[in-house]
Amino acid sequence: MSLDYKAGSVVFNKVSKRFGQVSAIDNVSFTIEAGQLVTLLGPSGCGKTTTLRMIAGLEHPTEGQILIGDKDVTRLPATDRDVSMVFQSYALFPHMSVAENVAYGLMVSGTAKAEAIDKALEGLQLVGLAEYGNRLPSELSGGQQQRVAVARALVLEPEVLLLDEPLSNLDAKLRRYVREEIRDLQQQLGLTAVYVTHDQEEALAVSDQIIVMNKSVIAQQGTPRELYEQPVSAFVADFIGDANLIKAELQSREGDFARIDVGGVNVQVPHREQQSGAVTLAVRPDAVILHADPEVTALTGQVTHASYLGNQIQYTVDSELGELFVIDYRVDQPVARGSSVALDFNNRGLALVAA
Amino acid sequence: MSVKHPFVPWLIVAWAGYLLLPWYVQEDGFWSMVWLFDGYLADEYYTSAVFHGLQYDRPWLLPIALFLALPFMALRYPRQHPNYARILILAGAGGLGWLAVQGLLIGISGWEFTAFESTFGVLDQRQYGLGYGALLTAAGFLVILTSGLAAAGVMKGDVFVTSAIGTVILLVTLFVFYPVSQILVSAFQTEEGYLSAGAFAESFTSSKIWGLACLSDGRSCGVAWNSLFLATLTGLSTTLLGLAFALVVTRTGFRYKKSLRLLTVLPIVTPPFVIGLALILLFGRSGVVTQFTADLLGLEPGRWLYGLPGVWLAQLLAFTPIAFLVLIGVVEGISPAMEEASQTLRGSRWQTFRHVSLPLMRPGLANAFLIGFIESMADFGNPMVLGGNFEVLSTEIFFAIVGAQNDQGRAAVLAIVLLFFTLSAFFIQRKWLGKKSYTTVSGKAESGLPMQVNPALKWLSYGTAVPWALFTIVIYGMVMFGGFVANWGYDHSFTLKHYSDAFALSWGEFGLVWEGQAWDSLWTTLGISALSAPLTAAVGLLTAYLLVRQNFAGKNLFEFGTMLSFAIPGTVIGVSYILAFNVPPLELTGTGVILVICFIFRNMPVGVRGGIAAMSQLDKSLDEASLTLGANSFTTLRKVVIPLLRPAITAALVYSFVRAITSVSAVIFLVSAEHNMATSYIIGLVENGDYGIAIAYCSVLILVMLGAIAAIQFSVGERKLRSARTVKAKNNNKRLKEQLV
Repeated sequence: MSLDYKAGSVVFNKVSKRFGQVSAIDNVSFTIEAGQLVTLLGPSGCGKTTTLRMIAGLEHPTEGQILIGDKDVTRLPATDRDVSMVFQSYALFPHMSVAENVAYGLMVSGTAKAEAIDKALEGLQLVGLAEYGNRLPSELSGGQQQRVAVARALVLEPEVLLLDEPLSNLDAKLRRYVREEIRDLQQQLGLTAVYVTHDQEEALAVSDQIIVMNKSVIAQQGTPRELYEQPVSAFVADFIGDANLIKAELQSREGDFARIDVGGVNVQVPHREQQSGAVTLAVRPDAVILHADPEVTALTGQVTHASYLGNQIQYTVDSELGELFVIDYRVDQPVARGSSVALDFNNRGLALVAA
Repeated sequence: MSVKHPFVPWLIVAWAGYLLLPWYVQEDGFWSMVWLFDGYLADEYYTSAVFHGLQYDRPWLLPIALFLALPFMALRYPRQHPNYARILILAGAGGLGWLAVQGLLIGISGWEFTAFESTFGVLDQRQYGLGYGALLTAAGFLVILTSGLAAAGVMKGDVFVTSAIGTVILLVTLFVFYPVSQILVSAFQTEEGYLSAGAFAESFTSSKIWGLACLSDGRSCGVAWNSLFLATLTGLSTTLLGLAFALVVTRTGFRYKKSLRLLTVLPIVTPPFVIGLALILLFGRSGVVTQFTADLLGLEPGRWLYGLPGVWLAQLLAFTPIAFLVLIGVVEGISPAMEEASQTLRGSRWQTFRHVSLPLMRPGLANAFLIGFIESMADFGNPMVLGGNFEVLSTEIFFAIVGAQNDQGRAAVLAIVLLFFTLSAFFIQRKWLGKKSYTTVSGKAESGLPMQVNPALKWLSYGTAVPWALFTIVIYGMVMFGGFVANWGYDHSFTLKHYSDAFALSWGEFGLVWEGQAWDSLWTTLGISALSAPLTAAVGLLTAYLLVRQNFAGKNLFEFGTMLSFAIPGTVIGVSYILAFNVPPLELTGTGVILVICFIFRNMPVGVRGGIAAMSQLDKSLDEASLTLGANSFTTLRKVVIPLLRPAITAALVYSFVRAITSVSAVIFLVSAEHNMATSYIIGLVENGDYGIAIAYCSVLILVMLGAIAAIQFSVGERKLRSARTVKAKNNNKRLKEQLV
């Protein structure tokens, strides 16, 4: 293997980007360690794609500083940066063969043609398409085109590989397979990769770190487990997995934990520096336990909808806490629509969040 | 990877232009190299700017060296340093500014403005038009300026894009805005050369222009009313006729649809007065139809053709295909789903057409009308050939310049009136129609069949379109046939005399002799068209690339400027070029260069539009992919964008080549004995009554253009994105390498 990667880190230092009056990124700082796969996750319009394009050099920040591999690249155009990108539409040049596409980056940077083609074939080997060099992009399937786009980005041995929603044009079955492939390749080559997606499941599956963005700022950065289990805000809790956001009363703190009264039911969760009084509790749908006997706890409710989904039943329960979304895996003990139930909580699926 | 200091080669070019090349224009022509062997730097006429400054009392050329020296200071700073950008901007802008100011202030007879003469005294020295040296120095300054702007962060620091924008802005300013502004100046000038609003008001309100005598008594109205009336009439009738054609082709089961569509190609390859000539052959005093009816009915042959009816008929023939072309797009753009919806809601075919289709077409119809209006206003050839006593603005401008009066001020005033009409139409089209687009076709694949029109409308359309199509065929038949007839109307015997007069060849002492009288102008025409076509396509597509792919402040103004020349009638351009480029600093009249430049900026808007349409369909991420793969924007343009734009390039080349051949209105002011173009030569023939040769020449032109279109199409080729290979290529790495290396 003559491909040789020197993974670089990415640092954003108080970066802002405005398009006219509209602020796309507002004073954002983060660090992406070399060799990690980091996902930028968020709803559309949150600024994740702008962030990625600023790493690529396709947009330049209005304020702040960007470092790649410890070099200041803030004003450096895309052409001169040591990063490469896989586009959502793949952006394969339709008038060039697959091999020419992959060799393009090498040739425009002055590599001799023979060597460039050699390397291109090696890159295609990496994604299992060595035999397709002669084809035109239009003669490949969507998944194959996607792999060509990856190979084209990889042969440049970039310090950072950028992926802009690389799976969004693939069908659901293929998507899982390809994302595992990308993850394997990234780990095998030790690449730094920045991955943009709006699909939280995809983000949880592939990332070392996830940066959740909302309304031009970072909502939270952390490992997939941290984000799911300890969301800092109602937004993150609701965006990564579903969550019921419930007003509750913090009664006392013991060590790292807080005792909380949720509509008459007591639970224990890490207090995360919240003081006593009114707090917001994020409750995962599968952390709500339904009891068919309404006398079991002090909190009762009424089932208004029930949908059977094979491995789970989803309920909507009307309670004094408001409407709750509940997932129950005990499909053999269904609760009928209209019946009254008692509610209880599993401490593992609860977190205190900023409102 | 980008070069460290991209402006350095251009700085060297600028210095070379300043030190080594003749600063002023060479009398012997742009390509003549006489100066190299005939004294060169030692001779005053051939020497460079620095010697003019030091030796020949033109000290105002010396400060240029200062601006050329400045960029060296920038090299002491790294590119990121603010001073680097500041110095380059100062040097480039200062240099260009100085060039412009000294050129405008000091002309062929010393100071251009009397105020300076009284302040600084009479200047003994004079300046000629700028030449090679000045051209290169100016180009160098431009790149230095744009490099500075790029270093300051403009266009994300992209020197190529910044320079391209700078170049296009400079060119459009020089060759569109500057000449047009000269018209304004000229219109306000009295005969003694002073500026005066009174002079303008007097000639502007003249009854020759605005008189309404035709309403009260039998005399003729002002030219402005004539033009306006003709243009409105032509706009309305071409739109209706075009609609009939469009309906026949798209909404009926007419059998010869394909042949009808061929009609749309005709106006592109038709020299402007061909139709006028053919009408004369049919309906003139000695025309076939006139003679026939005169014999039959015993009437005196009339002169009705010469005047409004003839001009209108000719314009109707000439511009209906354009309206047809516009309206085909409009009618096809109406989603079948709309009509099907109306029909399922119990609307009859007539009701559907009346209440759904027609209202949806309204902006398209207005557009077709405005295009017909502008074309008619700008038309020069037909009124020239058929106008008689019916005077319109475009021909009046011509006679004001070339006639006995030679009154540039009057020409300028008439040009302003004409410009006012066409620009108003252009503005209405852009502002009002721009927002009122009822395009109903989305990107989605839609099924459904377009509705057929109801029988009454169908027969109405057939009744108008088919006879008109036959009439058009007869007209073009006349053109092909007329060249072989000895003396139309009197002696209808077959002859090749006209062709041999025009295109005779013989073997002489020194090989082939181009005996025919038309050869000179034909070769000039072909040469100039062939030169201007690729330049037009290049400037047009580059502009389109900037407009579609780059964002910069003032982009809308930039777009407007590039589209403006579309709305400026050729006669106005012709006059403005004479006013602007007859004197230094840019002395171009009488050269071939002015013709090339005129064609580039007249035909550029079509290249721009075609380029915009084609480029909008190219996914922007293709460019971005290329950039992130390490290619700079120039390489991206060359290797990714241009190969994918082949069809647009072909269209731009064909169009600009053919337009250069058929154009007459602007050309007629700019030709010279040395550079005579086919169209102005034919006008001369028509004025002398040599219809036979004129028609023979026209038919040859049409054939030449058709041949050229075929040749361009063949040489640029089709875009290939899908290969015919279907066999799976296995283990062919070796073969692939052999192929590519």
